[in-house]
Amino acid sequence: MRPRFRRRNVASEGTESLGPSIPDGLWSKCPRCRELIYTREFERNHSVCPRCGYHARLTARQRIALIVDPESFVEWDAGLSPADPLQFVALGEPYPRKVAEAQERSGEREALVTGAATILGVPVGLAVAEFGFLGASMGSVFGEKFARAAERAAVEDRAFIVFASSGGARMHEGVFSLFQLPKTIVAVESLSERRLPFITVLVDPCYGGVTASFATVADLILAEPGAMIGFAGPRVIEQVTRQKLPAGFQSAEFLLQHGMIDAIVPRPRLREELAHYIRLLTNQHSASPVSFVTRQESDR
Amino acid sequence: MMQITAWDRVQLARHQARPHTLDYITELLEEPRELHGDRLFRDDPAVVAAIGRFGTRSVIVLGHQKGASTTENVARNFGMPRPEGYRKAIRILHLAEKFGLPVITFIDTPAADPGLESEERGQAWAISSCLQAFLRAQVPTLAVVIGEGGSGGALALAVCDRLLMLENAIFAVASPEACAAILWRDAARAPEAAETMRITAQELLRFGIADEVIPEPAPAHLDASGTIRRVGQVLERHLEELLQLWHKHGPAHARRLRWARYRAIGLWHEEPVT
Ligand SMILES: [Zn+2]
Repeated sequence: MRPRFRRRNVASEGTESLGPSIPDGLWSKCPRCRELIYTREFERNHSVCPRCGYHARLTARQRIALIVDPESFVEWDAGLSPADPLQFVALGEPYPRKVAEAQERSGEREALVTGAATILGVPVGLAVAEFGFLGASMGSVFGEKFARAAERAAVEDRAFIVFASSGGARMHEGVFSLFQLPKTIVAVESLSERRLPFITVLVDPCYGGVTASFATVADLILAEPGAMIGFAGPRVIEQVTRQKLPAGFQSAEFLLQHGMIDAIVPRPRLREELAHYIRLLTNQHSASPVSFVTRQESDR
Repeated sequence: MMQITAWDRVQLARHQARPHTLDYITELLEEPRELHGDRLFRDDPAVVAAIGRFGTRSVIVLGHQKGASTTENVARNFGMPRPEGYRKAIRILHLAEKFGLPVITFIDTPAADPGLESEERGQAWAISSCLQAFLRAQVPTLAVVIGEGGSGGALALAVCDRLLMLENAIFAVASPEACAAILWRDAARAPEAAETMRITAQELLRFGIADEVIPEPAPAHLDASGTIRRVGQVLERHLEELLQLWHKHGPAHARRLRWARYRAIGLWHEEPVT
């Protein structure tokens, strides 16, 4: 069974907490195995616990820094920010105020950061969800930035890599939030038409409309170890079915077993694996010391 | 005339005596035949499919199916599709494409099934594939929301060339109860949430997401045959227009027009970045 506090962050709109993270200071305590880890060592290990393999949540910027070649990232469409299509007010709080708070807290204008980069020299378009911004719920800006990034990657002949995470819909944008699902699926047609790789990496937590749209129509679907992934959140399922969920339900490992994803890749291996998958799919290999012909010859 | 609130519309949209998909199939199609199964796992009773003659031509119909009684509702899972329901819809769509038949869908579900087995069998994967299959469909497609358009579970059958809504139908990202529980921390404030979320047919028309609202001079549960007849007339008109459009542009371009429609939805601010 996973620690309870992980569950709490999944189904809610995710405004209260960024989920388990490691506090500043010399020593950090792993939220899963309770091991005290030297913070520098933990960070060197890509925020993965060296003892139990627990993958702590990262911000979008931390993730980009871990994946791309140094200084290769150029951001796209950073000027987009949410409008208020419904004039939404709940408990006296207007949506624009909620957005301003989220922007202040996360340092991002929306829950998706997009741009161009190289990964081990391979040119890619990137879209990375920021769970710290209203639980990476998919509103109009999330959908529009995603769509523009997919289309621009296609035009610039780049593979498209997406780190998908979401706590659910952006309730404050109502039906506009819902209709981002088809929008993102339409946008990746541009990549299909040019036979460019579209790879999603599902990271903890990944729920709702994001899982039910672009995240699961990719050419390859990868996930980080232990990531919780599904359509309905565990709390909703328990409420509706009055069933206790089995241990490991909706984990990346569970989904691999059930045939829903291609592979689980530990974070420290992601960079190499992504570059490798893209080269394999596009049949672009650097001159290798052991070519197909020489290996055949040496086999004889 | 008394003001009808959004919450009233929710009650009307969910009314058990409202005509459901099979009623429309029986009344509007000549000699319809129901088609069953996803060819993978089992037949989902929450999604029905049929082929039949509509006016002068064969059409394929797909829709969510609620029950007219509590017993039937339980058997139909309250119209909440499991993954096999979406996979059934995909299979039937491909059948329509092979024979070049237009597709009409009837939308009426509170949500996709949120159960344990549905998750195990990939509910999210089934919905995204169904959305993609509808967006890619090589035939004209036409959706009518006849009752409850609940979230992604409804949307998966609704991303068509045209989206029509009955006057008392709704389309929402989440149920007003769920929205109230999350944002107001009190499910009892659902009536307030229903208003705030702008889920009525009139609002969706205003947003440009719905193309036409079909009037209900009397609520559908009080005048089933009149409602079905009016829906049939409006469908006939839109289908004629769509067939002409598809004939004029050809399937490849007509599909691009559908894509452009969904690509454009959303509102945002944009500032230049220095
Ligand atoms: Zn640990």
